[in-house]
Amino acid sequence: MSSSTKQMNQHSTVPDARGFFGRFGGRYVPEILIPALHELEKAFRECQQDQAFQNEFETLLREYVGRETPLTYAGRLSEHYGKARIYLKREDLCHTGAHKINNAIGQVLLARRMGKTRIIAETGAGQHGVATATVCAFFGLKCIIYMGSEDISRQRLNVDRMRLLGAEVRPVESGAKTLSNAINEAIRDWVSNVEDTFYIIGSAVGPHPYPMMVRDFQSVIGRETIDQSLEQEGRLPDYVLACVGGGSNAIGMFHPFLEHEEVQLLGVEAAGEGVNTERHAATLSGGEPGILHGSLSYLLQTSHGQIAEAHSVSAGLDYPGVGPEHSFLRDSRRVTYAAVTDQHALEGVRLLSSMEGIIPALETAHAIAYLDELMPETNPDEFVVVNCSGRGDKDMETISKHLKCP
Amino acid sequence: MTSIKGRISRVFRSRSDGDKIMSLFLTAGFPEPAATVELVRKLESSGADILELGMPFSDPLADGPTIQYASKVALDQGVNLDAIFGMVREIRRESEIPIVLMGYINPVLRYGLEAFFLKASESGVDGIIIPDVPPGEMPELDGLCQQHNIDPIYLVAPNTSDERMREVDQASSGFVYCVSVAGVTGARSGDEVSRSVAKFIDRVRKNVTRNPVLVGFGIRSHADALAVSARADGFIVGSALIDYIRSVYPEPDWMQRTGIFVRELKYGRDSSIKV
Repeated sequence: MSSSTKQMNQHSTVPDARGFFGRFGGRYVPEILIPALHELEKAFRECQQDQAFQNEFETLLREYVGRETPLTYAGRLSEHYGKARIYLKREDLCHTGAHKINNAIGQVLLARRMGKTRIIAETGAGQHGVATATVCAFFGLKCIIYMGSEDISRQRLNVDRMRLLGAEVRPVESGAKTLSNAINEAIRDWVSNVEDTFYIIGSAVGPHPYPMMVRDFQSVIGRETIDQSLEQEGRLPDYVLACVGGGSNAIGMFHPFLEHEEVQLLGVEAAGEGVNTERHAATLSGGEPGILHGSLSYLLQTSHGQIAEAHSVSAGLDYPGVGPEHSFLRDSRRVTYAAVTDQHALEGVRLLSSMEGIIPALETAHAIAYLDELMPETNPDEFVVVNCSGRGDKDMETISKHLKCP
Repeated sequence: MTSIKGRISRVFRSRSDGDKIMSLFLTAGFPEPAATVELVRKLESSGADILELGMPFSDPLADGPTIQYASKVALDQGVNLDAIFGMVREIRRESEIPIVLMGYINPVLRYGLEAFFLKASESGVDGIIIPDVPPGEMPELDGLCQQHNIDPIYLVAPNTSDERMREVDQASSGFVYCVSVAGVTGARSGDEVSRSVAKFIDRVRKNVTRNPVLVGFGIRSHADALAVSARADGFIVGSALIDYIRSVYPEPDWMQRTGIFVRELKYGRDSSIKV
């Protein structure tokens, strides 16, 4: 077996039956959740084989979310660097303004099929909360969103959107009052209401089968990108970039590309005030393996194994963990991970806004900003795809404060 | 009963017929690290049969507000695993009370599994409860427990299937921890659910045959303890103890009053009536 076939097989067969991506992943949760996770996995695997479910999912993605999203040639941005051509995968054009809705639709369909009547979710930037509140409104389901109070104050617009959509937003006051604490609280709710409640996790994190499930629902991003690249450029891209917090947009984009080894995959984390400071969220660059929220993965932690507080200007990347498949892809070196600071990401917002008329989310801006590092290495006959995972309207307050917009 | 080796099984073997075992959970270092050893002595002299010493974690996702609070208080005062092993050694100088360490896996992993079990065993720890590692998820734990003579204690919940209960029984020694209600620690089971708790414990009894069964979650009084443990070998109190300590600390007689609270938990107000 050639090494490339071996690597392809290695990547296409994860997770294993117990939910492990190599050594990462697993199901490290209280016993009370084990039956619920088995039930969920069984339902998910049935849905994968069920044409009616797949049809309903695809119909909603097309008619409600507005898929497929375009692959937009970024002409002025490409000229700016004068190297490879740059394309943007426009997840910002999805209904609700980010890729999060792809997964929310998939999971809410599962919840309905399993007869669950109460939906809970966590949210950081609020995009997953809005997406979940949206699908719950669409199907008339009760919806409770846990959100750190720090995030509530920096993403007020999204809080108002969730409430307008009929969701109850429950502030979480523990720890740093951000995404990680919101997940703790959502898990506590799930433990207490496991019979009637479905927990829609928004990122590719958590116990098995969530990382696999979120990846599969988000993989529509990468599949469309492959088709569009073939159509628009006649071949696959040379580089594909995505930002990584928990890692759902990145894994959705990367997964269909894993077997195409000629495509270089780059994940961009949040370096906050710098990976060498204590204030960052670059888990894969600055963390060590550990267990949080049900799976083994890289983790920002103290020398005593306590979870460290992450920091990023972007609420969606402000998380001390990362999806276990990213840890696996880091160690197997199939994906390269880098990190971009708050300041640099803010410059990325300005760059894309002024060059292409697209205001990216602060999360997305990390991937945009990394072009400064990547582009000088590229050649004019190559092309790059950046996953434009979300739009920046929700971040305007933060952006205005930092960039002093006129 | 699987193990005849340790202090835990000795407690169950040596009790009189019908006596209920009371296991108390205390976050190590709460309310202050310097008081833990003396507080444990007080708990023991007031009727505690087993001590569960909580290893505080920053993200205790199976715990309610009370134990979250106690964990934070302990962590803010610098409690870590080495400090806890020190406390256990100190307790062991004059006490044979079975000590079970209870906490989340990440600090243990970070410490190093081998090192952790070696240190735990040397210090005089008898058992371990790691709520975020259910049986089968980290098989090396069971080997290390066996090697170091530490009882692995696993949990069953109302939604655990009969088959899974039998697996948990197989994997455990010392006792099986029976979570009486679906919820986080401190969650309260109302009167209306006590009937379903009784049915649940009966089901546990049918499937858990190798180990004694202790029931926990939501027990706040002697009456709760009597009701919930009627069909079990005993009961576990955690959040109610910590809430009580919180209400009296740091008054000068807080430890004295905690002792009285514990005595009442076990024996009721009229201490002449034994459980």
